[in-house]
Amino acid sequence: MQLQAIFKIIGLLLMLFSTTMLTPVIVDLIYQEADSLPFLMGFAVTFFSGLLLWLPVRRHRKELRLRDGFLVVVLFWTVLGLAGAIPLMFTLQPHMSFTDAAFESISGLTTTGATVLTGLDDMPHAILFYRQQLQWLGGMGIIVLAVALLPMLGIGGMSLYRAETPGPMKDSKLTPRLTGTAKALWYIYLSLTIACALAYWLGGMEVFDAISHSFATVSIGGFSPHDASMGYFDSPLLEMIAVVFMLLAGVNFALHFVAWRNFDLRIYLHDSEFRTYAVILTILSVITVIYLYTSDTFILPENALHNGIFQAVSIGTTTGFTTAEYHIWPGFLPVLLLFASFIGGCAGSTGGGMKVVRFLLLLNQGRREIFRLIHPNAVIPIRMGEKIISPGVIESVWGFFAAYVAVFVVMMLIIMMTGLDQISAFSAVAASLNNLGPGLGQVGSNYADITDTAKWVLSFGMIMGRLEIFTLLVILTPAFWQR
Amino acid sequence: MKIIILGAGQVGSSVAANLASEANDITVIDTDAERLRSLQDRLDIRTIQGKASHPAVLERAGAEDADMILAVTNSDETNMVACQVAYTIFHTPTKIARVRAGAYLDYQQLFAQDALPVDVLISPEQVVTDYIKRIIETPGALQVLDFANGKVQLVAVRAIAGGSLIGEKLKELRIHMPGVDTRVAAIFRRGQPIIPTGDTTIEVDDEVFFIAAKEYIRAVMSELREVDKPNKRIIIAGGGNIGRSLAKSLENSHSVKIIDHNTKRARATSEELMNTIVLLGDASDEELLLDENIENTDVYCALTNDDEANILSALLAKKLGARKVMSLINRSSYVDLVESGDIDIAISPQQATIGSLLTHVRRGDVVAVHSLRRGAAEAIEAVAHGDHSSSKVVGRAVEELELPPGTTIGAIVRGDEVLIAHHDTVIESDDHVILFLIEKKYIPQVERLFQVGITFI
Repeated sequence: MQLQAIFKIIGLLLMLFSTTMLTPVIVDLIYQEADSLPFLMGFAVTFFSGLLLWLPVRRHRKELRLRDGFLVVVLFWTVLGLAGAIPLMFTLQPHMSFTDAAFESISGLTTTGATVLTGLDDMPHAILFYRQQLQWLGGMGIIVLAVALLPMLGIGGMSLYRAETPGPMKDSKLTPRLTGTAKALWYIYLSLTIACALAYWLGGMEVFDAISHSFATVSIGGFSPHDASMGYFDSPLLEMIAVVFMLLAGVNFALHFVAWRNFDLRIYLHDSEFRTYAVILTILSVITVIYLYTSDTFILPENALHNGIFQAVSIGTTTGFTTAEYHIWPGFLPVLLLFASFIGGCAGSTGGGMKVVRFLLLLNQGRREIFRLIHPNAVIPIRMGEKIISPGVIESVWGFFAAYVAVFVVMMLIIMMTGLDQISAFSAVAASLNNLGPGLGQVGSNYADITDTAKWVLSFGMIMGRLEIFTLLVILTPAFWQR
Repeated sequence: MKIIILGAGQVGSSVAANLASEANDITVIDTDAERLRSLQDRLDIRTIQGKASHPAVLERAGAEDADMILAVTNSDETNMVACQVAYTIFHTPTKIARVRAGAYLDYQQLFAQDALPVDVLISPEQVVTDYIKRIIETPGALQVLDFANGKVQLVAVRAIAGGSLIGEKLKELRIHMPGVDTRVAAIFRRGQPIIPTGDTTIEVDDEVFFIAAKEYIRAVMSELREVDKPNKRIIIAGGGNIGRSLAKSLENSHSVKIIDHNTKRARATSEELMNTIVLLGDASDEELLLDENIENTDVYCALTNDDEANILSALLAKKLGARKVMSLINRSSYVDLVESGDIDIAISPQQATIGSLLTHVRRGDVVAVHSLRRGAAEAIEAVAHGDHSSSKVVGRAVEELELPPGTTIGAIVRGDEVLIAHHDTVIESDDHVILFLIEKKYIPQVERLFQVGITFI
């Protein structure tokens, strides 16, 4: 373990991260709400703790090893998650305990979007902006993490791409150098954000709302500066804009990159993960709309239409924006949508869940098993599109699935132990592990009422889900720490 | 003609055997002395041992004054380089090479005269695949041969009871099918050729060769036998080159299964084919065939490299109820043995491919040659050139031509138009004339017929 090298990186990260606490100060200056002190304090504390970590080891020159990578990635989310909580703890309105602040901060950075806050509409703009910004930064981190870093550790949906994907993504990395790849992806992320903010603004939002929501949309986060989330605007146009950008953000960013570089939209259609993603969300929307209308939840068909599509896409991509109180829709729908969030977005997107690629591979594997019963002698390779997937990859996907289910069950039991009913516990764990946000039952609108233990467990679940489970599990095994 | 054949493999040696019997000077080059010796023992040819692409070896083989080199070694690279050497050093007029790898074939500009000067690219596997595919697509046919880019087809079919033309004279054909023009080119009865005239009657079990435009083939066949259902379900034994490419060309329109016993190859095949069911197992395993509904299979094709295995598994499939079975048979002595029995169609890869080579050996402007009945008969598509004075065919009616015995003109393709030849059809310049020869020995006469007077050359 190269502890010194790790300290150096984390120290640098903290110092870098501390500067992002200065933008809320600017927001505060614009709105004149005299609420910049917590952020200046947060900046100071974060910056100096970063400096403290970095100074003693700044001359350290040793390279990181693969094993250190796991620790760095895990620390990245935990340390930044806790550092992000500092300004929230210092604010007077809302007054938050350490647990609440950490929950909110981690929920933001992992782009989950679960909140413990209520009365958002009356809060200072600086705080609201800070939450949105956390999500946006988290989304940026995820893109780089998922497309560039995790594959190096051999984890994550994108490593499937690296080894196997035909056609546009033949080159294992998008550009020859990692920094080049990261830069290209950030440009796409940034352009999507700007386009999204512009669209919201033209669609009728105020500038502050437009920027805030664009942050939460493109990062598939789901925080909103309003208690009623997207429902605050009551505008089908804005909902459809959100749908478009949630869909885009749920697509593999590497795919965006290739399509953008080649000026060719057909590249999307050639990608089987994208096709599956589109089909799943289409089916989900159709079922939701029809059921909403036939069950008389909405009397007018057009209301059923836009609410249904919006909610299906929002939950299906694991964003977690809401318009109506979806958790009190007739029983079948919330559970259906929650299950859809297990599939989540594409690998290499800001979306959560188990990722569409894995779902697709499991589906193909299942189909093969059935086919094998009919033709016992048949040799059937598992394909994704036209490309053959090696048995090793399939095994790793099964391993992931098993781990996901196991982690889910254990966490759900712990949450139930803290006193939540089954539906609430189930949905809370699903919403955090899938980085979705809103749950059902007691946690339908916010997470304020659950115990501190539950909040910590859920925070852990969010990081677990974000890091594709194995990264965190690796750290927890004794073998990792043995020299 | 002086011909150098590079490579004494299956294709090389069978071509050598075919051409040697036609009074050509054949030299075969190969690295394997053993193989050359056995070839020389059988055929009247010269053999040279050495690497086929080396100029010195080619020189020893007499490349200086060779009319044609035929590069059919099993290495694409050797074949291509040999053509380059022949072009640069020996100025050989005709260079034919076998190139299998799609990686080369995808870039046709590679084979231009100023690049890799190969005049003709041949791919025997592809020829055999197309040959089988045509038979599968024409249910009931024993053999289907394309002329004029597929506009005209020559089809061999066995007459069976139930066809409305059985027992009738050939001239009744027109009355049976007023709109359909066809010509029966030959009839083989108990293996003996009969030159058909209008009064010839068709009997049960006759092998009838007829020529017609492609769209009429089915109509004519229905006169000779009850109409077969289209072939839908196909089982292929053997995932080699031929089996694989056949499956590939059929898998989108048919339901195709392919059986191979080699684990590695089965895997590779399954990865290459998207819609084919690849089965790992022995094609002669009764259980496997029954599991895969052999009794409901329309065509069973045994296409492995092993003649005996092909024959046995085809027999087994037939016994288990496959509607039609085909077997790939390399050894020519087996072909006769088998076709009279339970196996419906014996496919001889040599016979299927030799035609594409003979096209370039034949004198005169010959576009296509198909060797029939183990090389005894031949169908030729030749182009008539010149005018009434320089050519022996142009400007003359079919009945005026001095055709050798046993030769019939089946059809004439003029531009896009298909004319079935009648006694008064007049041949024009640039017509594609499709002839059917019952006996191969008259080929030189036909060649002479289509050669233009010396002044024209």
